[in-house]
Amino acid sequence: MRKAITGHKAVAEAMRQIEPDVVAVYPITPQSEIAEYYADYVHNGLVRTELIPVESEHSALSACIGAAAAGGRVMTATSSQGLALLVEVLYIAAGLRLPIVMALANRALSAPINIHCDHSDAYLARDSGAVQIFAESAQEAYDYTLMAQRIAEDMRVRLPVIVNLDGFTLTHTVQPVDLLEDEVAKKFVGEFKPFAPLLDVEHPVTWGAFAMSDYYFELKRAQEAGMEAVPAVFLEVQRAFAEVSGRRYEGFFEAYKLADAEYALVVLGSTAGTAKVAVDELRARGMKVGLLKPWLWRPFPGPAVAEALAHLKAVAVLDRAFSFGTMGALYEDVASALYPLEKRPILVNYIYGLGGRDITVPQLVQALEELPKIRRTEWALRYIGLRE
Amino acid sequence: MAGLKGWRELPLGGVVAGGTARDLNKTGSWRAERPIWHEEKCIQCLQCWLHCPDDSVLIRGGKVTGFDYEHCKGCGVCAAICPKDAIEMVPERGGECARP
Amino acid sequence: MPSIKVLAEREERGVRFTGGHTLCAGCAEPMVVRTVLNAIPDPVVVASPTGCLEVATSRFPGTAWNVPWIHVAFENAAAVISGVEAAYKVLRKKGLLDKRVRFVVFAGDGGTYDIGLQALSGALERGHDFLYVCLNNEAYMNTGVQRSSATPKCAAATTAPVGEAIPGKPQERKDLTEIVAAHGIPYVAQAAVSHLIDLANKVERAMNYEGPKFINVLTTCPLGWRTPRDSAIQQAKQAVETRYWPLYEVIEGRYKINYKPKEHVPVEEWLKTQGRFRHLFRDPQGKELIAQIQAEVDRRWELLLKKEQCFGVGG
Repeated sequence: MRKAITGHKAVAEAMRQIEPDVVAVYPITPQSEIAEYYADYVHNGLVRTELIPVESEHSALSACIGAAAAGGRVMTATSSQGLALLVEVLYIAAGLRLPIVMALANRALSAPINIHCDHSDAYLARDSGAVQIFAESAQEAYDYTLMAQRIAEDMRVRLPVIVNLDGFTLTHTVQPVDLLEDEVAKKFVGEFKPFAPLLDVEHPVTWGAFAMSDYYFELKRAQEAGMEAVPAVFLEVQRAFAEVSGRRYEGFFEAYKLADAEYALVVLGSTAGTAKVAVDELRARGMKVGLLKPWLWRPFPGPAVAEALAHLKAVAVLDRAFSFGTMGALYEDVASALYPLEKRPILVNYIYGLGGRDITVPQLVQALEELPKIRRTEWALRYIGLRE
Repeated sequence: MAGLKGWRELPLGGVVAGGTARDLNKTGSWRAERPIWHEEKCIQCLQCWLHCPDDSVLIRGGKVTGFDYEHCKGCGVCAAICPKDAIEMVPERGGECARP
Repeated sequence: MPSIKVLAEREERGVRFTGGHTLCAGCAEPMVVRTVLNAIPDPVVVASPTGCLEVATSRFPGTAWNVPWIHVAFENAAAVISGVEAAYKVLRKKGLLDKRVRFVVFAGDGGTYDIGLQALSGALERGHDFLYVCLNNEAYMNTGVQRSSATPKCAAATTAPVGEAIPGKPQERKDLTEIVAAHGIPYVAQAAVSHLIDLANKVERAMNYEGPKFINVLTTCPLGWRTPRDSAIQQAKQAVETRYWPLYEVIEGRYKINYKPKEHVPVEEWLKTQGRFRHLFRDPQGKELIAQIQAEVDRRWELLLKKEQCFGVGG
């Protein structure tokens, strides 16, 4: 069923179809619409979810943790400062191996305060232990919200999953989205299987025990095993999704015209749409260029990225946030993925689009056109769209 | 760290079954004084049981039967609360008492 | 009303909080925890924030909790229990659970008066069905006796030391019980570890109400108060006798003082037995400070009497 809806509505529709037991959410621009849509479903009796209208994002995720440990399927959503406030408990959700799915409407972090898109919020959660997926479009945001639920709940994984969608660019623009029928979506997501639920009062368990130096390290290593399981599960879930939707997502990233390319961009989120136009323009002019757009950012699919980029002459990695004092986070992922290769492309790192700054086709065309002139990989940031 | 489990053997999310501390931690080794129960003075008011921080006053059928010296830390709260002086705190002597 | 025999019978049927925890010898917290848990016959799920109780009862792989228990962080126990309770409501609606389950938070004063106040207020306003028990030992004991907003004026704390310029904590303690009562929840009470049967009765009464219930329990910390390790009960009892810590309830907005000491015992009698107030009996300005503390105790007691008079059970 095709509908013209915003990214927010697409995510909210996926949530309605998943119909989690508990949704705890706190308003923040630009995420608020997800909370509003879901409240509307609850108040109109379309879902049996308990909506907890919490007093902060910290409490939103804390309530989600309680509900998930109790034995419920739970979801939430946030943005920017809200993510910053709840990031403490995001680490805990991951440490407790709780399969909480959270939409993150990407927005710049303060200061200065700003409401528009960049990826500083997602980057803040980079090392939290949450799986992170990036959507390019409202369609991808919808599809990956459904898939995220299965990835999170797989017993090999059991981790929180963040579905990133660019604030305003995706959340507030109307796009055509193919929605699954409710029954198909519900069947795809399946029944929730709780693990050691608190509400199984006959078998009392302790969640959130205190671990000293005798066990902390082993428990964190066991947590990493959940991350290690993600790539295989991710591919399995993509295949299962293709069967019910007909939409084929094959792999950890989209490789756009990359196979025979000499130069390429690597970029997360909605900017990939703009980048595709730039690639097409240059292809029309005879330059062999391509694009790599990760869907899966954490865990980072390093070996697969290295294989996909190995044959290129030069690659520009675009980061929509600073990692102050060092190179961009995505750049560092790509660089360390390529490092084991004997022959690897020249790499360059651009910071772009902070605080909702527009990124245009000509700017990306220019970045690609400059790649052949760059002689070697440098330890220096470049910028797109910044006034000197 | 001999005898500790490797990471592959640990439960998902570090979740553990309830009520295991009693078997794992024998806090009786902390004790510098031990409570002695004088049954003949006891009126079975259960105040010692009610106030014991370590669940170490043993009861059966609603009556005190003695102390759990494996866990009693020797705080003396029971002796202080007892209305009939039926509990006496005496110094622990040597390791054999302190580690039952 | 649960007598001591009833509580004992229940514990004989199933110990809910075991020995083998590593709380200090003479700690009053387990007395409160065991009494509250034994006063609730239904199955219980417990949440605790970070603190002495959490650290000392849940060291992996051991746990003193023989009921389902969860700890997440310091400031969010009320939010965590909100989530547990919400999940329970849905699973019951879906027919996946048939048992009546009760929800309890045990939290210290730091996790309640200070860092957890926002989450507590939110959960109270939303009306979740749970009992919140504050084990108020009047400072951050787990991290080494730092001052909290529950710490009484003039008490020595490691972040409010007795110095040449400032004699202990300069501020009065926050009246959290009244702040909670202002939320208009069905049941609010103050209790003390010296009056455990009173506490058990309060728990039983509280559990008759649907919605949030709150009991603020004065819970002696011999280490932080610098009193002998067998003194927990005597200390709390004296706090009640001096009217420093009145035992009272606010049931559906109606005040009831559970115990009115017949004689006026000066608060000095309580202060002088504790190391944290030793400077008041040594330094020249001590007399004036004790007078100030007494005046505040009297002011709060008079206010409470007036509230009972105006908004009492019979009123």
